[in-house]
Amino acid sequence: MTIKEALFQYTLRQGDTSLILGHRLSEWCGHGPKLEQDIALINIALDLVGQSRSYLEYAARIEDKNRTEDDLAYHRAEREFKNLLLVEQPNGNWGNTIMRSFYYDVFHYLFLHELVKSKDEQIAAIAQKSLKEVTYHLKHNSDWVIRLGDGTEESHVIMQTAADELWMFTGEMFDMDEVDDILMKEGIAPDLKPLHSKWLQKVKDVFTEATLKVPPEDAWMQSGGKLKGIHSEQMGFILSEMQYLPRAYPDATW
Amino acid sequence: MSKPKSKNEWPLWEVFIRSKAGLSHKHVGSVHAADHEMAIENARDVYTRRSEGISIWVVESNQVHANNPAEKDSLFEPADDKIYRHPTFYEIPDEVGHI
Repeated sequence: MTIKEALFQYTLRQGDTSLILGHRLSEWCGHGPKLEQDIALINIALDLVGQSRSYLEYAARIEDKNRTEDDLAYHRAEREFKNLLLVEQPNGNWGNTIMRSFYYDVFHYLFLHELVKSKDEQIAAIAQKSLKEVTYHLKHNSDWVIRLGDGTEESHVIMQTAADELWMFTGEMFDMDEVDDILMKEGIAPDLKPLHSKWLQKVKDVFTEATLKVPPEDAWMQSGGKLKGIHSEQMGFILSEMQYLPRAYPDATW
Repeated sequence: MSKPKSKNEWPLWEVFIRSKAGLSHKHVGSVHAADHEMAIENARDVYTRRSEGISIWVVESNQVHANNPAEKDSLFEPADDKIYRHPTFYEIPDEVGHI
């Protein structure tokens, strides 16, 4: 694998995770429990879709095959998407949505803190811009985990259930392969291993305040989305909705 | 008169935004929130999406007291015929610049 091929895969992974989580959150539009929270989630969705555009636009440039970021977002098949399985999980209830984002936000925040040091200027610039946005995402979703975890008996149960159900998708965030190895040597990509203990510590801190139990660290973890493009059954439904319009009306503009 | 609070309704908060340094906070609207921290986040999400502000104040709406609308005439009309209170009877030299 060449550096160029690795960089293409790497930008797809970041771009796809942002895109799919952004899409998932956008499904809340008009359905939030309060107008204020509806807008809050959509703001976060827009941040993520914006980040995705930057990554995919760069990926298209690296690939240099005359594709645009829209081609990558709307005309790739399921197996070509390299997002984390975590972010394609269904919205479920408000607790599921918050917990899914929280697990990812903690990782995203730590990851971007490293990525801003990337020797690839474009990637470092995207990371720099994203970091400010993600700092707020993390605060917003941590606050909600604490409020609801340490809320009523009912909200506590909902949050604990969400924490347990999504736990098996958290290990994948730290998976690495040849793509990472090649780019780590170039100083473009950070090592994800040291992030794991930091991630766990932050989750523990917030869960302690939220009176939630951290699921077992040695639990079995599901992976395959980010490295191989093997997705859960949710992914096809997301793509059929997300890609419907540009596939049915390829020339559509707005 | 404030209505009795519903058990399931978050209180209302009035939102004030400072649009840039040097200007005062201005009332822009209101949000529902469970407490002041959530109110600030909600205000950020609802009222600063288009770079409207650099600082947010929130005040719980039931802490805002207003004059009695029936006293409008006695409170405000007496000022109407006192135009000499406006600083419009002298010219500001150009050299003074913006004040």
